[in-house]
Amino acid sequence: MEILQIDLFLFLEKLLLIGGIITFSLVIAMYTTYAERKVAAVIQDRLGPNRAGPFGLAQPLADGLKLFFKEEIIPLTSNKVLFIIGPALAMMTAMLTSAVIPWGSSINVFGRDVSLQIADVNIGVLYVFGVVSLGVYGIMIGGWSSNNKFSLIAAVRGASQIISYELAMGLSLIALLMLTGSLSMKTIVEQQMSGGWGGFLGWNILYQPLGFLIFLICVFAECNRTPFDLPEAENELNFGYHQEYSSMKLGFYLFAEYINMFISSAVVSTLFFGGYDIPFVNETTLAASWGGNIVAVMGFAALFAKIVFFLFLFMWVRWTIPRFRYDQLMDLGWKKLIPLALANMLITAIVILWLNK
Amino acid sequence: MASLTNRSKVLEQTPLNFMERLYLPNIFKGMAITFSHIFKKKATISYPEEKRPFSPVFRGLHVLNRDEEGRENCTACGLCAVACPAEAITMEGAERQKNEEHLYREEKYAAKYEINMLRCIFCGLCEEACPKDAIYMSETFAPSNFTRQGFIYSKDELLIPDPTTNKEGYEAARGLREAQIKK
Amino acid sequence: MTIIEILFWFLSALALFGALMVVFSKNPVHSVLWLIVVFFAISGHYIVLNAQFLAIVNLIVYAGAIMVLFLFVIMLMNMNTESEPQKSKWLRMAAALSGGSLMLILVAALKDNTSKVTGMFTAEANIGLIKNLGKVLFTDYVVPFEISSVLFLSAIVGAVILGKKENSTTHS
Repeated sequence: MEILQIDLFLFLEKLLLIGGIITFSLVIAMYTTYAERKVAAVIQDRLGPNRAGPFGLAQPLADGLKLFFKEEIIPLTSNKVLFIIGPALAMMTAMLTSAVIPWGSSINVFGRDVSLQIADVNIGVLYVFGVVSLGVYGIMIGGWSSNNKFSLIAAVRGASQIISYELAMGLSLIALLMLTGSLSMKTIVEQQMSGGWGGFLGWNILYQPLGFLIFLICVFAECNRTPFDLPEAENELNFGYHQEYSSMKLGFYLFAEYINMFISSAVVSTLFFGGYDIPFVNETTLAASWGGNIVAVMGFAALFAKIVFFLFLFMWVRWTIPRFRYDQLMDLGWKKLIPLALANMLITAIVILWLNK
Repeated sequence: MASLTNRSKVLEQTPLNFMERLYLPNIFKGMAITFSHIFKKKATISYPEEKRPFSPVFRGLHVLNRDEEGRENCTACGLCAVACPAEAITMEGAERQKNEEHLYREEKYAAKYEINMLRCIFCGLCEEACPKDAIYMSETFAPSNFTRQGFIYSKDELLIPDPTTNKEGYEAARGLREAQIKK
Repeated sequence: MTIIEILFWFLSALALFGALMVVFSKNPVHSVLWLIVVFFAISGHYIVLNAQFLAIVNLIVYAGAIMVLFLFVIMLMNMNTESEPQKSKWLRMAAALSGGSLMLILVAALKDNTSKVTGMFTAEANIGLIKNLGKVLFTDYVVPFEISSVLFLSAIVGAVILGKKENSTTHS
């Protein structure tokens, strides 16, 4: 077994990468809160936060500091251990997915090829599903341990919503996996990069538009974002499953939502939009003339641009579409998306068989 | 059910057709609308830096006037206090002494002049009642204070700057006033 | 001791401890959460055996879906030690007896099989990878696979019938 001889440099390299990605996603999540407020403001013809720092750029810091200095309240009748585990779980599951996302092609540091992916597991997509399906525990444990009926209702709502949409999400992806024939995120990206027009024609969105749409809707539901934000519906459930939380524990829940958004944007970009592929540019010829490292950084920038677009889409939809009613939500999930995803799967399979003949 | 007024409108509710049941076209339409709002003019006024333009008849906090030589216009005639429907103005008159000609324009002046801004309803009747153009209403508004006592403005707080000592302040205050009159 | 062995012992201890806590926890919600810990430990074992696909599917299906439903029911029923009726002495005796005999059978069955297990482990180390697993499932084990799918289908149909509102025609 190769695990026994751990290369010290590999260990260091991965440690640095993990630290870097965690810091990166935290910073991004911080500024996503800022962007959310700014986007909400401009869509509603307002200016948004502009007092703390230039253009209000220090606003997330101010918010974070405020949360840190708030009083830590643990309700007397709550289940204390679970009450603390809840937000920790939410944060952890939000972060875990970033391990299998290829953030870029490998870069060359001191003669070593360093892959910009923490773990290239051969079941990357399934791993994402596994982590997503665990994400529901943060909500459930938090909501139940608060010992508050609104929190409990919100937790039950959130859990059933996430379970329902996971199915459609998985089915929509199966069609994609039939095309790629691999569960590894890196392989999926590399396949897309090898398409025509510098990779653009290889993007899976062109072959799976319906699958993409279903997947995107399910991602919205999994992230508990408007139109699917029933677990935290302010006007019916006060504040949802994190109603009893205060201080940084509340901050963890709110933060986890934004990290989830960031990571799922990354997953969508990777699976359907070519990941770190720069459209209309052939990376290998460019790498020969400009050097691999620059191209890798550019690829990362391309991925980041795609992620930013999806983050914007999240916010744009949030400030456009009103919330679903609960029966509508379940109706959409079970009666519309799942049959659609199944049909998509069948059609894809038939087309693949027909083309191979 | 029989109609009571014959004015009720029957709402036509046809079942949604396929495109409407897809919802997506309408969602895209809505998103296009919200996107267009990003480029619209913002309604926000960044208050302390920018201010909303006032109408020429805006009635803000009161100011007691001086003439060009820095003498107070008010003669403590009491007409403003009589005109005030909220009874917010109190004053005490005093006679001008020999060496005080540079301070007061007429022989009589207000030794004490107080307006209770909590009682004032900013109707502007005092301004209209004044025969000496001594009191007028500025564009300052929204006073703030920690105590109720602080809202009873004394004469020092109401007087505009003295042109002999603070020329610029006086010009600014008068300029505002003149612009207001011209409008 | 190699890393694999350390991992094995750690995961085994975790699984056993979690399983014991499932039984001994007073609060049913805690029991469910400990059961999830057990599933994690088992998934860890799968990964040690190089069966990543099984590990993840175990997590998705058991920890991610089934346990959530368990948790659902338990949270909504709000069970606790006061409201839970105490089982009679005879019932407890019978449960202990049947559990004990099940363990006896398991021990008897697995007592001599150590050599076979290690043999399988070394021979087909990649059995857990998705490609091999799929091939085996759809060639050697295709009949049981399809039969189990029929079982699931019947379960789905049953759930739909149970969940469906009664038609107005049945009332008239």
